[in-house]
Amino acid sequence: MTAPILDTFLFIALPYVCLFTFLLMTIYRYRAQSFSYSSLSSQFLENKQHFWTVVPFHYGILAVTAGHLIAFLVPRSILVWNSQPLRLYILEVSALACGLLTLIGLLGLMIRRGTTTRIRKVTSLNDWILFAMLLVQTASGVGIALFHPWGSSWFASNLSPYLWSVFKLNPDISFVTAMPHLVKLHIVLAFLTIGFFPFTRLVHLLVIPNPYLWRKTQVVRWYGRK
Amino acid sequence: MVFHLDKCIGCHTCSVACKNVWTDRKGAEYMWWNNVETKPGTGFPTKWEDQEKYQGGFETNGDGKLKIKSTSKAQIVPNIFHNPHMPSMDDYYEPWTYDYQNLFNAPEGADQPTAEPISMIDGEKIDVQSGPNWDDDLGGSPIYAENDPNLAGLTDQQRLQLSSVERLVFFYLPRICNHCLNPCCVASCPSGALYKRGEDGIVLIDQQKCRAWRSCVAACPYKKTYFNWFTGKSEKCILCFPRLETGQAPACFHSCVGRIRYLGVLLYDAERLEEVAKLPDDELVEGQRSMILDPFDPEIIAEAKKNGISDGVIQAAQNSPVYRFVMEWKIALPPHIEFRTLPMLFYVPPMSPVQASKAEDTITHNSDKLFHDIDDSRVPMKFLANLFGAGHEGVVRYALAKQKAVRWHRRAETVGDIDRETADRMLREADCTREQADAIYELTSLCTYEDRFVIPPMHREQAIEMMKDPHEHREEVGFGFVGGPRRGL
Repeated sequence: MTAPILDTFLFIALPYVCLFTFLLMTIYRYRAQSFSYSSLSSQFLENKQHFWTVVPFHYGILAVTAGHLIAFLVPRSILVWNSQPLRLYILEVSALACGLLTLIGLLGLMIRRGTTTRIRKVTSLNDWILFAMLLVQTASGVGIALFHPWGSSWFASNLSPYLWSVFKLNPDISFVTAMPHLVKLHIVLAFLTIGFFPFTRLVHLLVIPNPYLWRKTQVVRWYGRK
Repeated sequence: MVFHLDKCIGCHTCSVACKNVWTDRKGAEYMWWNNVETKPGTGFPTKWEDQEKYQGGFETNGDGKLKIKSTSKAQIVPNIFHNPHMPSMDDYYEPWTYDYQNLFNAPEGADQPTAEPISMIDGEKIDVQSGPNWDDDLGGSPIYAENDPNLAGLTDQQRLQLSSVERLVFFYLPRICNHCLNPCCVASCPSGALYKRGEDGIVLIDQQKCRAWRSCVAACPYKKTYFNWFTGKSEKCILCFPRLETGQAPACFHSCVGRIRYLGVLLYDAERLEEVAKLPDDELVEGQRSMILDPFDPEIIAEAKKNGISDGVIQAAQNSPVYRFVMEWKIALPPHIEFRTLPMLFYVPPMSPVQASKAEDTITHNSDKLFHDIDDSRVPMKFLANLFGAGHEGVVRYALAKQKAVRWHRRAETVGDIDRETADRMLREADCTREQADAIYELTSLCTYEDRFVIPPMHREQAIEMMKDPHEHREEVGFGFVGGPRRGL
């Protein structure tokens, strides 16, 4: 058990600071420095390890994040799905697999960045801080899946209400104070990552090019014409 | 745009002019928006014409649709993480400089200090393996030139003829962005950062919108969009639009020593784009020509005015040297139109040295046939056809025959050692009149700056007026993008 004052700080103050930073800084950076919104791909400098690291990492983290989002947005659907043990096992095992995929991809990315001299030249301090945060976050996530099973259920029933209470500006931390330390670490680091997000290359997430799917093939621009 | 290859001397002045103006920056060292290649040769990046390797351009598949080879709306999802057709720096070259400081700082020793090559990426010493014109003038030709994709379909004898010592032959191919009618880079960009300017057709990358998804690099079959590894943005030839807007020719055009470059307006019917781009290979050259409109036709003038095209542009289209080369004389051809991007840079194919034999210490022509040196050219017709005719020789032979007829006509006129009758017969056979031959001669040999570059006024002031008060704009000019582009966090 952590002290109540610490809980209040970690699960009420910190989330709001991080979410506020995220909102303010992404908007500010987009308006003032939209040139800096880039995925900063390094595929051009190193093409082979790129495939074996970037691809598993992205698919893994997308699946895991989507899972968290669903459990947050529609917790009931997860609980209904998990009402049969077999379906619960399937969900837990696939979540763990995706987590491991992310972890392996992430480790690969770090090794690639650290060992390729060309790529070290385009790696900033923020990249390494982000790497460290993501590594601890992914590892703690995999750890939770292993040591505190049935997370899909207890996330939906206990953490989703907490997150909702934060977003409704009426935070209720009674759901989280009883959580194991590993889970608490995971929650705190998640908010820290959100707060650090605007200062990293993660901003490329916000400019995912979905209009491509329905725009015309060719693009023509005229002065003063729309 | 027209590049007259018969006049290109391969001096690389254009490349250097461009490099000094635009790409002498960190992250852009390896880019050559303008480069000059020796043909036969593998070019830059290595084997760029080999679309089995790079998957650039469009293809028509079974159901008659035009498809980008390297991507699609469905493929974009996996491609965005790792683009399987993206060339890496090793396909271009690792830019390097020399460790000049060593010349000053080396400790005293038995040998003279040297300035060793060091990488401009990581600063480490490198063993230079390739460069932007590594096979220039057929340097190392058995290793490089024989890999030229345009050699496909040539007989062994023709290949031997191209590379055998004392008989070998080559020509130069200067390349910039073709500012295509159907640009594959634009079509592939997930962010919609690439666009074609309506007023002048220049293809540009909006640097504020580019997010480094890298699709354009893979999609351009000419490999003329480049990835800036430092800023994390793609860049390409901008046809020196700041110069064009002030009535000057682009730097590479302006600096061209051989005066091979022509710039002018072509009016075209953009609505027929897809229909033409889907034509079978042997109809593509004619198909693209059929899209280009006659600027003298009163109906077309009226229609252009209705579409808001200014009188200055229409006038420039009427005086366009490009229109004459491409449409009136039909001696300028698009490069690799089978990539189906409908390039708007046209090349006048080069004449090659005559094939002759030595008998009794006099050099004689091999044949009495008037166009023998075109049909049995030292650069095989098939090779030129692979470059400029989508593999079909007809349009290339037409262009070469006309050029030869013009030469003989002028020789009959000025030197007089060819009888008029033969010259006229050649003109007839080459589908040319005396007047046309003189016009071709003048625009090829006697052309002034104003003849080569017919640049219409761009009326930027009108464009600005729509958005703000021109006086207010004037006070702001020069204070747009202070500090230069910075790499993102």
